[in-house]
Amino acid sequence: MLSKIKSCGLIGIDGYILEVETDISNGMPVFEIVGLADIAVKESKERVRSAIKNSGLEFPVRRITINLSPANIKKEGSSFDLPIALGILTATEQIVNGALDKYMFIGELSLDGEIKPVHGILPMAIAALKEGMEYLVLPAANADEAAVVKGLRILPVKNITEVILHLNGEKQLDEYTIDINELFKNKTEYEIDFADVKGQDNVKRALEVAASGAHNCIMIGSPGSGKSMVAKRLPTILPAMSFEEALEVTKIHSIAGMLPSNTSLVTTRPFRSPHHTISDVSLVGGGKYPKPGEISLAHYGVLFLDELPEFSKEALEVLRQPLEDGMVNISRVNASLSYPAKTMLLCAANPCKCGNFLDPSKQCTCTPKQVQQYLGRLSGPLLDRIDIHIEVASVKYKDLESTKDEEKSSEIRERVNRARKIQLERYKGLRIYSNSQLQPSMMNKYCRLDEDCRQLLKNAFEKLGLSARAHNRILKVSRTIADIEQSEDIKQRHIAEAIQYRSLDRKFWAG
Amino acid sequence: MDQDILYWVWLGSLSNITLRKKYKLLQTFGSPYDIWHASKNELLKNQSVSPEMAAILSDRNIKELTKRKLEDLYVRKIKILPLKNSNYPACLKEIYDPPIVLYVMGELLDDELCLAVVGSRNATEYGRNMAEKISYELAINGFTITSGMARGIDSSAHIGALRANGRTIAVLGCGLDMVYPHENKELMEIISKNGAVISEYVTGTNPLPANFPARNRIISGLSIGVTVIEANERSGSLITANIALEQGRDVFAVPGNADSNNSLGTNRLIKEGARLVTGVDDILEELKFSQPGILESKENLKEISQSKVLRGLTGEERIIAEKLTDGKIQIDALADKCNLSMQLINSTLVIMELKGIVEQLPGKIFGLKI
Repeated sequence: MLSKIKSCGLIGIDGYILEVETDISNGMPVFEIVGLADIAVKESKERVRSAIKNSGLEFPVRRITINLSPANIKKEGSSFDLPIALGILTATEQIVNGALDKYMFIGELSLDGEIKPVHGILPMAIAALKEGMEYLVLPAANADEAAVVKGLRILPVKNITEVILHLNGEKQLDEYTIDINELFKNKTEYEIDFADVKGQDNVKRALEVAASGAHNCIMIGSPGSGKSMVAKRLPTILPAMSFEEALEVTKIHSIAGMLPSNTSLVTTRPFRSPHHTISDVSLVGGGKYPKPGEISLAHYGVLFLDELPEFSKEALEVLRQPLEDGMVNISRVNASLSYPAKTMLLCAANPCKCGNFLDPSKQCTCTPKQVQQYLGRLSGPLLDRIDIHIEVASVKYKDLESTKDEEKSSEIRERVNRARKIQLERYKGLRIYSNSQLQPSMMNKYCRLDEDCRQLLKNAFEKLGLSARAHNRILKVSRTIADIEQSEDIKQRHIAEAIQYRSLDRKFWAG
Repeated sequence: MDQDILYWVWLGSLSNITLRKKYKLLQTFGSPYDIWHASKNELLKNQSVSPEMAAILSDRNIKELTKRKLEDLYVRKIKILPLKNSNYPACLKEIYDPPIVLYVMGELLDDELCLAVVGSRNATEYGRNMAEKISYELAINGFTITSGMARGIDSSAHIGALRANGRTIAVLGCGLDMVYPHENKELMEIISKNGAVISEYVTGTNPLPANFPARNRIISGLSIGVTVIEANERSGSLITANIALEQGRDVFAVPGNADSNNSLGTNRLIKEGARLVTGVDDILEELKFSQPGILESKENLKEISQSKVLRGLTGEERIIAEKLTDGKIQIDALADKCNLSMQLINSTLVIMELKGIVEQLPGKIFGLKI
């Protein structure tokens, strides 16, 4: 007897329809799974057998062949347990419903027949809708996630018995829905706020500029100067996520298994802060069974690399291409796939080994050469992708005590939103969305300077000893500053401010 | 006083009598008024007065002519500064042969510190750039740039100072009614509005070759130092440099290629001990040693930066500069003190840095430069 059950697999961040074909024939009792299944899939044999048996059903003592079709794609994970079990039950006619064409099944079984949550539900749900499925049967814990996809009937289940009762028409499952608007209304607020940061106006302003143009930045300051504190608050001034963005971010988090259960969407911008011992693969993604890396998890959010010079050279160098393309392409023997990685890179570094180089109240114990070497470790090509350099000074006790009202994140975000809107408008149809992505060829058009500005820039290069790589960065950042001011043209003051954010290019730094 | 001026103009314009002799006459008679009214006999009683001289001094035609000249000067709104006038530049008064009368278009200030920037007419691109750059920076540091408004280096020097919104003085070798060289007509007008165009020659005097070396003594006399940008071996600028040394002024020279004709003169000056200058800092440093009196008469250097530097600054720049006089300060604290927005502080500081007023230290700490 032959049966076909629909399920879903994952390539990169997209799902694809997969058919679980089950054939039960006479012969030696063997349970075989074919179709490039990995160990977790092969192990499902044991789970399926026990789950069926412990649910009071009959497991056939015959030759069982399962084929996961298309058979040329590597399958991994435990989400095929449920469809395999159902395949066997259908083939043995314990399920009598013949119209399973419109159903897709996803879920991991435990030995007693319970259905457990799996990763990557959102992309699977999207794929199901695209392929014209009507019902998606999935673990109850994943229901919120899938319910975001409108047009698909979500049927959450707790155990295999419920599925069978439903399919045999004995007890209908309840359809699960959520209100997306409600979701966005309640969950876009952050618990932290820029108003918590006392003083540091210089840093706040720089981050506002960075957020407005999605510019990558680096903060340099002594330990304890509050770099991490302001970094964590950067997402709070980024524009609120749109539904499409949230969907994409959720997809990635879902695949990586980073989505907390009973969460439907990631509605706040992700903030990823990997430790500096991270490997290059964990940073950009990959592995034998490719997983998105930190940079993809920070998609549409912030990737914060604290203690930048402590990261391994390999890890930093692999960042270069994704930062440029907004995409990680991973090629492995098994598959070649790409994960989106449109992230804002925010780095923090001490100014020197002992960390006190910039601190007026403490003595730096490094020699000038050591100071130079410390930041000199950062490679030119990486620094090339960082538009804004921020020097963070230690906060004075006076500032900490001050009761002065600091600006709220929401106020800053309003300005950021305005600037972003101008950019989206301007770059319509160009396949870029912010000033940071301007290509050299576009600069002539969008960053045109008048004679005064050109003179200023030239003057700055000669007098301040800026390195050549600063030129385009300054133009991009000044474009953003002009946008914040809602000024059509780039003015001298915009250029001047942008020059202020190129500390590392100065002669007194190693740069 | 008006009447007095007539006699000064008269004495100053007598081109056939040497300056030496004029000083002698002034010494003997006391004032130009007395010389004018002295009879031939009275004049001849003096040993130093030759019969020819006496003839000139008592020539009625010349006296009549001078009266008309004076009217002409009034019409042209040219100011006249006789040697004894209190507004006559003090440092010029102390040289060996100060002009009897100075004609001024524009304004001379009592407290300005002048530095001369001179060089050859046949300047190279390099020379013109250096002249403009050094004058620009000196002007930003509050100095008035004096030069000769000749072609080449001189013109660039004036332009550099003007670009910095600074003051500049052009000393001409002809009457102020003439424009020489002609192409500098516009420049001359601008200079007279942002400083002064001066000459010791009365209107109508042609730019005779002999006038120029004499003019050079005024350029250096007005200044506390002379910077020669480019000069070939027989350049007039070397004359200026020599006179400057005689007058006790500092001489600075900008080096050039060893085989460049245009720099033979300056390179020689350096060999002979002139201070080698590659940027304005060299000049400022030297002045600190050689002219402590002058620089410190303004109390101290900080004071200079306030009074001189502040002159060319915009509103915000001035606020910032004033706060910075108290010492180096981190940018957040500065913004707080000035009560200016961060973006304004950021951009203004860069512009001030480019003007050479402010310097940035690691850690976004700023201080006044000098």
